[in-house]
Amino acid sequence: MRLELTRRYAFAASHRLHSPRLSPAENQRIYGKCNNPYGHGHNYVAEVTVTGPLDPATGMIAHLGELDRFVARQVLEPFDHRNLNEDLPAFRDRVPTTENLCIEIFQRLQPFPGARLVRIRLEETGRNSFEYAGEPGGSQT
Amino acid sequence: MVYLTRKIEFSAAHRYHNPDFSAEENRRIFGKCNYPNGHGHNYVLEVTVGGETDPATGMVLDLQELKDLLDREVMDRMDHRSLNHEVAELAGCIPTCENVAAVIWELLAPKIRRGKLARVRLWESPDLYVDCYGDGGGW
Repeated sequence: MRLELTRRYAFAASHRLHSPRLSPAENQRIYGKCNNPYGHGHNYVAEVTVTGPLDPATGMIAHLGELDRFVARQVLEPFDHRNLNEDLPAFRDRVPTTENLCIEIFQRLQPFPGARLVRIRLEETGRNSFEYAGEPGGSQT
Repeated sequence: MVYLTRKIEFSAAHRYHNPDFSAEENRRIFGKCNYPNGHGHNYVLEVTVGGETDPATGMVLDLQELKDLLDREVMDRMDHRSLNHEVAELAGCIPTCENVAAVIWELLAPKIRRGKLARVRLWESPDLYVDCYGDGGGW
């Protein structure tokens, strides 16, 4: 019986999409409003999906409290109410698109000891979402 | 292959308690879910069936048939019930979202007459759900 458990977590953060590899005109053309100089923010929702055998003693894939604490430490505390460009070393030289943020969250949660991480689905707004499930064969970008 | 999803809601009570654990262990592991008199949720169940459309009807399966099946197998059995005390299929197991989703899969899978059950998604609250794919590889 294949079971996956998904938990949704919300955080709010600001970002600005700007690539130093592109000219100002290209940045403006490609990123549009997201390139405005002082940034903007979103209410992100991260869906974290894990799988594994059910613990026969608890009937659970993962202990929710353990998962919540791990996600809080690895993602919510460093990301919530932060500026992704300025406050996170991962985005010093990577554009904090929601694609890259989704990969970063996956990498931060993959070491969760209580179950196997299957995928991250990240909602940037109610209309845009991105999913990352690692790379085939287990390597990561 | 086309997939069709029907969503229903039911409300039920449950309590997490393992008689093999001490009172302290039950409280430590299950937290509020171990409070002695239980609590409840509005569960949302999404049932997805995959199959080829019948050329005569354009349908994977008759939605009314699926609705009747969900009424009979899930609503009549679980809605406004205690999952610990009133659902025979859950007797002796802790009614976690995982176990309830697996029981719903077992109840529905053999009774879908056209198409195949592809996924059971059970929401326990707006920020927690479990997907069950049976023994299949998913979709």
